Amino acid sequence: MSITLGGVAAAPDLPDVLPPRRERGRIMRFTVRHPTIVAGGLLLGIMVFIAVFAPWLGTRDPEAISPIYRLRDPQAAYWFGTDMLGRDVYSRVLYGSRVSLGVGFSVAVLASVIGMAIGVVSGFVRWLDMLLMRVMDGLMSIPGILLAIALMALTRGSVSNVVVAITIPQVPQVARLVRGVVLTLREQPFVEAAVASGTRLPKILIKHIVPNTTAALTVQATYICASAMVIEAILSFIGAGTPPTIPSWGNIMAEGRALWQIKPYIVFFPAVFLSITVLAVNLLGDGLRDALDPRLAKRL
Amino acid sequence: MSAHLLEVNALVKHFPLRGGLFGTRRGVVHAVDGVSFHIDRGETLSVVGESGCGKSTVGRTVLRLLDPTSGEVWLGGERIDNLPARRLRPLRRRMQVVFQDPFSSLNPRLSVGEIIAEPIVNFGLASGAELKDRVAGLMDKVQLPRDAIKRLPHEFSGGQRQRIGIARALAPGADIIVCDEAVSALDVSVKAQIVNLLADLQDELGLALLFISHDLAIVEHLTHRVAVMYLGKIVEMADRRTLFAAPHHPYTRALLSAVPVPDPTVKRQRVILKGDVPSPINPPSGCRFHTRCPFAFDRCRSEEPLLRERAPGQISACHLDAVPAAA
Repeated sequence: MSITLGGVAAAPDLPDVLPPRRERGRIMRFTVRHPTIVAGGLLLGIMVFIAVFAPWLGTRDPEAISPIYRLRDPQAAYWFGTDMLGRDVYSRVLYGSRVSLGVGFSVAVLASVIGMAIGVVSGFVRWLDMLLMRVMDGLMSIPGILLAIALMALTRGSVSNVVVAITIPQVPQVARLVRGVVLTLREQPFVEAAVASGTRLPKILIKHIVPNTTAALTVQATYICASAMVIEAILSFIGAGTPPTIPSWGNIMAEGRALWQIKPYIVFFPAVFLSITVLAVNLLGDGLRDALDPRLAKRL
Repeated sequence: MSAHLLEVNALVKHFPLRGGLFGTRRGVVHAVDGVSFHIDRGETLSVVGESGCGKSTVGRTVLRLLDPTSGEVWLGGERIDNLPARRLRPLRRRMQVVFQDPFSSLNPRLSVGEIIAEPIVNFGLASGAELKDRVAGLMDKVQLPRDAIKRLPHEFSGGQRQRIGIARALAPGADIIVCDEAVSALDVSVKAQIVNLLADLQDELGLALLFISHDLAIVEHLTHRVAVMYLGKIVEMADRRTLFAAPHHPYTRALLSAVPVPDPTVKRQRVILKGDVPSPINPPSGCRFHTRCPFAFDRCRSEEPLLRERAPGQISACHLDAVPAAA
């Protein structure tokens, strides 16, 4: 059967040949299209490399005290100088990156997983939604740093407690974001089509809902990672974070604070590292936000 | 209970309207108010009407994407409107859906192959190499290139996406497909391709179609019978020939006179309705069409007309036996 509609003949069924995918030059094209991802990724890659290989990058024991060599300016033996106990600032900054990156990544992953779970449940179970969202509202009404300080005051200082204390104030943001996305997704025809074709709820969540929240969630996770690193530094700086025995950028800056006017490099170097790392993560997040939506990616 | 493939009796779907501080009930949207029809194997029934007349709600309620407020839905002799989800699931295999929007009806994160395979896997109809063969066969059937199997939906045009949606609906071997404005979002030429495809598939597989549309030109080419809906009720139902040649209900006449004719020399008497569709929250008393009907008289405002047979295979809900040609 062949029909005409309103005088327009049905277009002949053309051989539906799709253009072949271009495989060559993909890295180049990616760099040109997403410069922020590449820049952020490279910077962050360098930081991760430094954190992982800190012991092999010409460092010495970051804890070793040598009072004879204290407060030396940067020089060949001590690239970033030494602090008031004669500890090597270069080694402490490099080892400190382990704390910052570790806390940043852990908080991002933990907050995403917990927030995702709460958000999906909220979006799908209407009677729990009210309850969960009021709890989230309550958490959001307290400034994140204050809440983290309060949580740290209740517990012993350790890196894992710092992670928990920073994660809790971040969870509501993720939960709200995921809930919003889930509420939109569950009304989408492709979810209804899945229901009509006999897909069970757990599979709908895993195959149709969760994968479509990851774009928004990944972007949010990078921002959480960046702010977690800053909050860790703040907590350590005011003495409510990483225990002073572990070198972290916040600790190093806190210890160097009193000597800022005569030996500024003690504060300067960890601050520069913190800024670069946070910048890298934020660049990555901005780039991902633009790139991750497959519908937006179609525009070229 | 019946020999019909799908039978719908006095289907009602009301949506409570909540508002205010405590979510109190402010009213009820009478989306579908007592709709009855049946579809036989290999038959197409089109449901037409203006936006908001409840035709999509009929489709979604029949599919049990929405639970009906009251009424009965029988599929192949089994009553499905009150089945719990667990017992309904195996029956879903027999009734599938194609949606209007070819963009939002496909999960952007799944490949074409995964989308088409999903219902087959869900109902445990095939796995492994057999699954692959089936998916490939379905893609041939809807004339999609085989190399599309690993691609994502966003790489396709609207028409091709709609073919993917049709392949998904065919996948579990359904007896009836609900096409909810399935071609409304497509260009005219692509629209014709998809309509042809649906007609070919119907001939080949003996499919029944519940074709929901506002486009009478398409409906005339595809359908066996037509149901005209207005404000949640069927006002006229007839086989295609009768409805297009001798419509009875004033609303059907108005709809038909609005279909463009691609011939500038044809002079027609247009029936132009006054005003807008009344709110389904407070539908008019009596005949729901009386606020816009050119022939309305006192009885129409107080007494609701029932569907009565006017000609063999034609029922219409109007107090007038012979509707005047024009007002």
